[in-house]
Amino acid sequence: MSVRTSQTRQSWVIAFPVIALLVWAVIYPNAAVIAGSFEDGLGHWREFWASPADHEALTTSIVISVASVFASLAIGVPLAFLLGRFEFPGRRVLRAVATLPAALPPLVGVIAFLFLYGESGVVTRVVQRALGMSHAPWQLRGVGAIVFVHAYTMYVYVFLFVSAGLERFDASLDEAASGLGASTWDRLRRVTIPLLMPAVAGSALLVFMNALGSFSAPYVFGGGLRVLSTQILNSKTNGAMGLAYVETTVLALSAVAGLALFRWLDRKRKYTLASKGGRARRQISSRRVQMLTTIAAVIIVVALVLPHLMVILVSFARDGSWTTQVLPPEYTFENYRRLFSEAELWRPITNSVSMALIATAANLVVCFMAAYLIVFRKFAGRRLLELLVALPWAIPATAIALGLAATFNRNDPLTGRVLLVGTFWILPLAYFIRDTPLVASAVESSLRQMDASLEDAARGLGASWLMTMRRVIIPAARPGLVAGGLLAAVAAIGEFVASVVLYTHANRPISMEILAQLRALAFGTAAAYSVLLILLVLLMTLAARSFEERLA
Amino acid sequence: MTAAPKARSEGESGGERGILALNGITRRFGDFTAVDNVSFQVGPGELLALVGASGSGKTTTLRIAAGYDVPDAGRVTLGGDDITRVPPERRGFGMVFQHYALFPHMSVEDNVAFGLAARGVNKVDRLIKARAALSNVGLDGAGDRPIQSLSGGEQQRVALARALVIEPKALLLDEPLSNLDPTLREAMRDDLRRMLRRVGVPALFVTHDQEDAFAIADRIVLLKRGRVLQCGTPEELFHSPASREVASFIGRGAIVPAVDKGNSAEVTIGGVKRELAIRRPKEAPARMEKAFVVMRPNSLEMSKGAGVLAWRGKVVNRRFAGGVVVYRVELSDGVTVDVESLTADAHENDNVSVSPLKGPYPLVSA
Repeated sequence: MSVRTSQTRQSWVIAFPVIALLVWAVIYPNAAVIAGSFEDGLGHWREFWASPADHEALTTSIVISVASVFASLAIGVPLAFLLGRFEFPGRRVLRAVATLPAALPPLVGVIAFLFLYGESGVVTRVVQRALGMSHAPWQLRGVGAIVFVHAYTMYVYVFLFVSAGLERFDASLDEAASGLGASTWDRLRRVTIPLLMPAVAGSALLVFMNALGSFSAPYVFGGGLRVLSTQILNSKTNGAMGLAYVETTVLALSAVAGLALFRWLDRKRKYTLASKGGRARRQISSRRVQMLTTIAAVIIVVALVLPHLMVILVSFARDGSWTTQVLPPEYTFENYRRLFSEAELWRPITNSVSMALIATAANLVVCFMAAYLIVFRKFAGRRLLELLVALPWAIPATAIALGLAATFNRNDPLTGRVLLVGTFWILPLAYFIRDTPLVASAVESSLRQMDASLEDAARGLGASWLMTMRRVIIPAARPGLVAGGLLAAVAAIGEFVASVVLYTHANRPISMEILAQLRALAFGTAAAYSVLLILLVLLMTLAARSFEERLA
Repeated sequence: MTAAPKARSEGESGGERGILALNGITRRFGDFTAVDNVSFQVGPGELLALVGASGSGKTTTLRIAAGYDVPDAGRVTLGGDDITRVPPERRGFGMVFQHYALFPHMSVEDNVAFGLAARGVNKVDRLIKARAALSNVGLDGAGDRPIQSLSGGEQQRVALARALVIEPKALLLDEPLSNLDPTLREAMRDDLRRMLRRVGVPALFVTHDQEDAFAIADRIVLLKRGRVLQCGTPEELFHSPASREVASFIGRGAIVPAVDKGNSAEVTIGGVKRELAIRRPKEAPARMEKAFVVMRPNSLEMSKGAGVLAWRGKVVNRRFAGGVVVYRVELSDGVTVDVESLTADAHENDNVSVSPLKGPYPLVSA
């Protein structure tokens, strides 16, 4: 047996279980959804096209996604420029809190907005009293409210991408352009913006995909508004599975169409910004502009921190006491005490933690194998593997969840179906699928930074494949494994979108319990859960960081 | 896994320090033939350089010798045993990679001891041997340092120690000097030759730099487009190039058309005919149809003013090269030669005359 064919054989031996698992968990359920939508011939599709509610849901979903993209760009791009290019009092504080919204689990951000800007929210009441109005000056519902929340949580992608782009942007490019006689405006239009387009386009795509699949904001603020993701849950709850399949297929197709559109728009890019970059930030010289900038910075900082502060404040409010007052009138530790002492209230916390750990552990093993094969092995299955690990990214979480619900609802070994719906395991599986692209790309990028000849060197020194893995490849992938594992655990512990479709009472995660408490108007308890969730995320981040530091 | 102890016992018996031989090696990638029927041998203690421009197939040949790639045709043998299909982890060769491939997350010592750990050597022996190997390459006491803190030259030594400590049956080095700055490079040449010589196993190294090859190798295999152009000692390649291609790669000389007269050659430039003593390649016909002589800068002399029976020309470039000045002189008939001179009094655009020295001049065919 030659080395070459034995390498290929070994690649397949490792790849086969990974590919089989991903086909079973990713391809199969989605294929089942598509097949399910045709179970009645074109009947369910006709039903979909005939339904005004579904028409509304489709257009609303797309309108919300596009609006969210523009709103996020409108906040993220100027903020990135302001913080990346200018020096002013308050810059460091603003920079420190600029990414704070990303630390809010999706549902928690939504509740915080409810407490602040809802009909009985603090800001709403302050404005109402100040203007002496008899009713709330606005209502936090409909498309506007959803886009508002999306902009707050999703502008962070734009901000991070464009900031990174600006950082890589070589000052000498700008200097060269001005040396050639370009005015400030010319430089911006002809040099800066075109070079930043990849970052803008990449982050816009991310916002679009997230907004399209978003569930929590439409679910809580939608009022009578319909979007595809909530419509799917509605149909499922009403037992109209056929229609739910069609709606899921349409949602997934919209996502894929969006992805294709962005790829097409970005098709001309053939250059990469690869420079040492770095430039000094410019001091704002005019006193008046400096003052205005600082005032704006203060306002932005307050707006960014307010949701977090609000959730913390409400978590100490006695349940049921906050009615018409601006701020909750009574404060207590009771909410936290109950969380830790009552078994029923403690349950969601252990559920979320254990399910997140299981999903993350599975992600680390499977994604490491996949990334290793993708980066180091040339074999026919590589492209397939790349597609499989990236695919869940293009499928909205609601669609993934419905696929699982449609597939793993009975035991049927011949067709590869296992009864998972209604059991504990369905949620860890859903989290695993959702986080696969994230973990795989994190591990992939750290393996790509590794010198490919390290593996050859280890083998040449007589190391077995196992020893090479253990002593060379895994240590090299460690930063990616830690970062990917952290991202996966953070996403899984606060997961809401897939959970709402698949949870049962026994394995309900924190997010579902927050929703239940909110419905029972137990704002204090809901907020206490939210604070706990934020603390868990913080704790995991610190743990990952200290682990990295101890090893590095 | 199972093979590691076996490799160890073979290494310790140390008996078969045999010849490393490549026989008729061919490797294709799709339509492209990277290595085309290449054969050569490296004896114990011999240093052989694979020389060629990028894309000449030298690295592929080295990878085949190391076991990272398998040829489509041909055999690799060590001491007469066919090892063509033995994977690298069971060959027991020491390899130094172009970018050294040191494990970045391990200390210097752990890097060096890695191959011993793979062979199941116990911890104490590993440490002792690793320290001895580091001391052999002049890095005493560097064992605890992280890899990132080493300079390029030190990394190169660590890579070498790591390859030597396993008592390899052959040593393979991929561009061992290409990552060093020029000053260090010259010093390392001598060190490398000394250290490789001491090991007493076949050593094969790849380089694109003929000066590295000249300084280190006992013999050179010159490759172009996957084929062997010539195999011989540095002196043979320099003084008796087998072909015009070899002559144009080795030794930077002007290649000037000549008429083959058997024991001598006639070169006519600008109507001035000179008869030159020549050295013919080993397997050349008695008379070459299209012949060229190789004129190296130190086989010509230059003077200002018109010399008797000299070729007339104009200085187009003047470069000070330490003890001598190298003039590039444009002669008639489109011939341009470099001439080394001890005098520095000629300048660009000066008219000069160039005459051949005693020779002999290498004669090559087209």
